[in-house]
Amino acid sequence: MKFFRTHILVSKDSKSMFAGAETVEKLLVEEIKKQGLGEEIKVISTGSIGFEGTGVTIAVYPDGIVYSPVTVSDIPEIVSEHLLKGRVVKRIAFPIKTSKMPSGVTFPEKVIGIQKRIVLKNVGFINPENIEEYIAQDGYSALAKSLCDMKPSDVISLITASELRGRGGAGYPTGLKWAAAAEVKGDCKYIICNADEGEPGTFKDREIMEGDPHTLLEGMAIAGYAVGASVGYIYIRGEYAISINRLNKAIEDARSYGLLGKNILGSGFDFEIEIKKGAGAYVCGEESALIESIEGSRGEPRKKPPYPVVSGLWAKPTVVNNVETLANVPRILENGAEWYKSLGTEGSRGTKLFSLMGDIKWKGVIEIPFGTPLSKIVMNIAGGLKNNAKLKAVILGGVSGYLIKPEELDIPVDFNSLARIEAGPGSGSIIVLDDSRDIVDIVKNIAEFFKHESCGKCTPCRIGTDQICEIIDRFFYDEGSEDDLNKLMRLSETMFQTSFCALGQTAPNILQQSLKKFRGDWERHFFKSE
Amino acid sequence: MEKKSVLERLHETQDKEKEKNYISEQKASELLKENSDSLSHIYGVATFYTMLSVKPRGRYIIRICRNLACHLENADSVAEELKNLLGIGFGETTTDGKFTLEESSCLGMCSVAPAMMINDEPYGNLTPEKVKDIIESLKAGSKK
Repeated sequence: MKFFRTHILVSKDSKSMFAGAETVEKLLVEEIKKQGLGEEIKVISTGSIGFEGTGVTIAVYPDGIVYSPVTVSDIPEIVSEHLLKGRVVKRIAFPIKTSKMPSGVTFPEKVIGIQKRIVLKNVGFINPENIEEYIAQDGYSALAKSLCDMKPSDVISLITASELRGRGGAGYPTGLKWAAAAEVKGDCKYIICNADEGEPGTFKDREIMEGDPHTLLEGMAIAGYAVGASVGYIYIRGEYAISINRLNKAIEDARSYGLLGKNILGSGFDFEIEIKKGAGAYVCGEESALIESIEGSRGEPRKKPPYPVVSGLWAKPTVVNNVETLANVPRILENGAEWYKSLGTEGSRGTKLFSLMGDIKWKGVIEIPFGTPLSKIVMNIAGGLKNNAKLKAVILGGVSGYLIKPEELDIPVDFNSLARIEAGPGSGSIIVLDDSRDIVDIVKNIAEFFKHESCGKCTPCRIGTDQICEIIDRFFYDEGSEDDLNKLMRLSETMFQTSFCALGQTAPNILQQSLKKFRGDWERHFFKSE
Repeated sequence: MEKKSVLERLHETQDKEKEKNYISEQKASELLKENSDSLSHIYGVATFYTMLSVKPRGRYIIRICRNLACHLENADSVAEELKNLLGIGFGETTTDGKFTLEESSCLGMCSVAPAMMINDEPYGNLTPEKVKDIIESLKAGSKK
């Protein structure tokens, strides 16, 4: 193997491609050759390192320096100053390796410092399109360990002992789900990875799929072994073109290395993974609608019970897990349940990925241990509000999630603590609103989304989402009334209680909470007779 | 592995129609023989999903995100600029058959909002000026 003294990692995720990551990488390689360093320095494409929205990001190892944003005109300077003469280009540089954080640290140092990158340990560090780099990071060793040293029931016991909970929103214990599917008799079972990341304001799963697709494949294969399934499907949004391409390449490579397919590692265990592409329907994130969609039909949810673990895809026992849930699995196998339980809090073990956006200084995807206070995420990791504005509210867990007021901001982000204020981590999205925002405008946007995405199967959701939009429009034209607010409250309660699936049940969440927590914003849009 | 589903076949059919990006009744009928479903079922599937269309569309499908993260970053002004530049509204196709403008649900590009996709390619941190450049370069045919 050839030795290079320096490696340069170029983040090539969907959010830096349009900013010119491809061009930067190409010019960087050319410049390195031009300055005679081609034999010493290697350029590698990776996933996102965590901070986004600024432009193209590159990292120089082993020096531990991140440059962001890098433009085409910076390249000759980086090569001649840093790579040739060893002088860091301070203007655009941030050190990665700071573990202690003195005051006045820059955002990227914080992003990397406070985070606990377990699930994302390879993202932004290895080339997602090179299986050997993944294997070099102990990749597929967890699968090997399961197949060679453990019985399927041992794997399930370990996952149960780790207290891993589903990361899709509901937080159902993964071990219990697997055990239920394993118990059902039958040779034909399925693993489905729910990669239909459609909740507005959520883009954490794409970070895994674009930056470390093999971790997901390995997690699925382990799940397959544990429950006795030999086929897995990744149901992914049709809009995630880069994720689809990288996953396809990863599946092909894993197959040619004998890590997927027949008789994996000589264990007698067969496992195949296939990608199923969605076509733009939010409701397909609901597991039974997702199953309908894989079968090729309209994505309308099914009646439960029977739950998918008993009768799912083509009426066979089916485990549906979120991308992030499955990406946790290899880590637990590698390090054990006790190690995993040492992260996070009681009832919420491990770490959680969050996508940060809205009126904050720094946006991107972070991974933090459960139990980190929301205030620390917003004020510290995200750099606080833009232009030092005042905080109005945080929308936690996507637009079907929860509305958090500034006085609730110190709440630790974990299932139990959030349950005390009737909230949860939801899809792992944090949208920050400053006090210039009008809650009615926010709720209107959310209501229009749900009206568009309601599948139409049940009346409360189909008619309810439409009626809500109609009433909110009256407030938009300053023609609202007390009576309208009461109607909105009754409608949301009806939808919550009678909708067929979680889409309709959670669609009025933010609306309902805004009526309680930000009533003043609504009253400002009442009809005034003068 | 099972045989291809109606949804997968519809994806394939539409992908082959590179110029018009849609599923014609004739092509849908061809699936009928292979998959032995009723035409109404196929129509039901094709019209359920926003990425599929039973009406001819343009060479370039522009999907602009209308959801919250983009809304907060003035996606409205970008959408207005697109409408002006192309002279069409949402769901419409330019008379030369080159562009179709569509509203989209969240594209998962919130950290670089406002965002859009043109066919499979994502664009972020949009402003009315940037959109103008992108559309003009597509009109000139300098980008794929």
